[in-house]
Amino acid sequence: MPVLFKKNAGDRIFSLVTAVSSLSVLALIAGILWVLLAESSPAIEKFGFFRFITSTDWNPVTESFGAATNLFGTAVTTVLSLLIAVPVAIGIAIFITEVAPHYLKGPIGVAIELLAAIPSIIYGMWGLFTLVPIMSHYVEPALQNTIGKLPFIGILFKGTPMGIDLLTASVILSIMIIPFTASIARDAFNLTPAVMKESAYALGATKWEAIKNIVFSYSKLGVFGGIVLSLGRALGETMAIAFVLGNNHRITSSLLDAAATITVTLANEFTEADTDIYLSSLFYLALILFVLSFITLAIAKLFLLKAERRYSR
Amino acid sequence: MKKKSFFAALSFAAVLTFSLTAFAGTMLNGAGASFPYPVYSAWGYTYNKATGLKLNYQSIGSGGGQRQIMNRTVDFGASDAPLNPDKLEKENLLQFPAVIGGVVPVVNIPGIKAGELKLDPETLTRIFLGEIISWDDEKVKALNPTLRLPSKKITVVHRSDGSGTTAIFTTYLSQVSIEWKEKVGAGKAVRWPVGIGGKGNEGVANYVKRVRYSIGYVEFAYAKQNKLTYTLLKNAAWNFVKPSFESFQDAAASGNFDPEKDFYLWLVNSPGKNSWPISGATFILLAKEKNASNVKVVKFFDWAFNNGNEIARKLTYVPLPDSLKDSIRNYWKAQGIY
Repeated sequence: MPVLFKKNAGDRIFSLVTAVSSLSVLALIAGILWVLLAESSPAIEKFGFFRFITSTDWNPVTESFGAATNLFGTAVTTVLSLLIAVPVAIGIAIFITEVAPHYLKGPIGVAIELLAAIPSIIYGMWGLFTLVPIMSHYVEPALQNTIGKLPFIGILFKGTPMGIDLLTASVILSIMIIPFTASIARDAFNLTPAVMKESAYALGATKWEAIKNIVFSYSKLGVFGGIVLSLGRALGETMAIAFVLGNNHRITSSLLDAAATITVTLANEFTEADTDIYLSSLFYLALILFVLSFITLAIAKLFLLKAERRYSR
Repeated sequence: MKKKSFFAALSFAAVLTFSLTAFAGTMLNGAGASFPYPVYSAWGYTYNKATGLKLNYQSIGSGGGQRQIMNRTVDFGASDAPLNPDKLEKENLLQFPAVIGGVVPVVNIPGIKAGELKLDPETLTRIFLGEIISWDDEKVKALNPTLRLPSKKITVVHRSDGSGTTAIFTTYLSQVSIEWKEKVGAGKAVRWPVGIGGKGNEGVANYVKRVRYSIGYVEFAYAKQNKLTYTLLKNAAWNFVKPSFESFQDAAASGNFDPEKDFYLWLVNSPGKNSWPISGATFILLAKEKNASNVKVVKFFDWAFNNGNEIARKLTYVPLPDSLKDSIRNYWKAQGIY
């Protein structure tokens, strides 16, 4: 920080202000982590780490808490939403960058970004009042009658289709993360040098071959980073799925059963958690989520940095 | 140096504005249960017009209300669940009920209208335990010989979020069934044996409306405003009663609210002839040592007891019976805040 030692007072104040602003972010993160640790310490002491994350018991009445059901719900909704969102998002990105005629690129790009601007509570209400009936009346019975009849996979679609379940939550989540994945993938695709693509076409490659061999191999890391970023968002999403997941603390084999994620449990139970160990266990869940999100973000950053470095060379 | 004095001035200003708002005496700060929020704010609005004193009530949930008053950050806390006298003693708090509410089972069975289906404590408990799984179960049939009950699987709908409604409902089930008490217990959130969870009264109501052959439970006000298909329930006096202002008031009047115990009472299974069995009062918590602010809070609730019945009824809350109001006024007098 050589500027700090300059004699000009204005410069010094300016650099001081910027330094304080950026350091305050670090202080904030440390502060949040400290509060989470402090508040969850009774639960950490009582349940330990391995017992807490492996126990499926979540019983406020007997004050026995375990995170396994919440971790299960979080894992399933996140993975399932990525499975739905990633192919669609990459399709969108390819369409915008390579296929669409020029006059369509702008409107579609804007529409996708608008999707990202919708507050998540609106997705939640829309999910409860619109998507849930559609899922329970049409989509889920149809799934049960088709892939539900297959051996092994069929287990995933057992039960009465109620629409309040892992599948509906994952669909809503996937709609929410599509814009992120798509716009990062689009940016990554755009980084492909035009010369390379033109050479491919010159060699007689079809559009598909050019995309598959040139664009994909150039943008792999960037797209992957984007996927991990969306994963981070899916992990933390709350209000959109709080309405449609049911908050049932059970590990189920069927995607048509209600479940609970860490975030949904927090949103549903925080205000009315009256005993100390209950509250502390919720903080413990929050701490686990904090660490998980931190790790995913770090991985995403790593990929994106790597991608950047490769192209800047 | 300059910076230090700047911050000093800033914090001084902050303290000054804070203390001005806090001690100006034109504001009552309360926080807690979300269930009575509409009636408290309606009372507060009218009270403000009558006296100029403003009520600032934050509906942050009963758990939050209890914590806020224990930390003495508000003038009064509000909670749907009463605190027991030991806890009140420990935290140096006073407690009294403010308004009555209750919980109503609602069903969706095509062909069955509101007030037609009769349930008793045993059938209700067994349905929520997942032991009675079909509407044409012998036990349900025996209570409803004239109804055509379908042979359809019952879907149980409960709250997915922690709530006072669930606390009242599960307290009732625990009182009428030893099996429920041992297997599930009572609380704002419990481990439900069966069913799906809806968020809030609107979530439960929405699922019950849409899922055929379902049963759920919602706040009385919510059931009434949305004209849901409620059931009749057999009360402690072996009468089938309908959820109404009268049956709730009857429950409150026959309930044994004891000022000696700071009115600690779960108003379930009241002995009155026409009492609705799943009722509950929502409570106000005061810090014992804060006499000055307590007098103001008590003045407000005294005004509400005298002038607020109509407002409460309009919002489908059940006002306290007069005998209970008098008993609360005596309780205030004994504390020297009335």
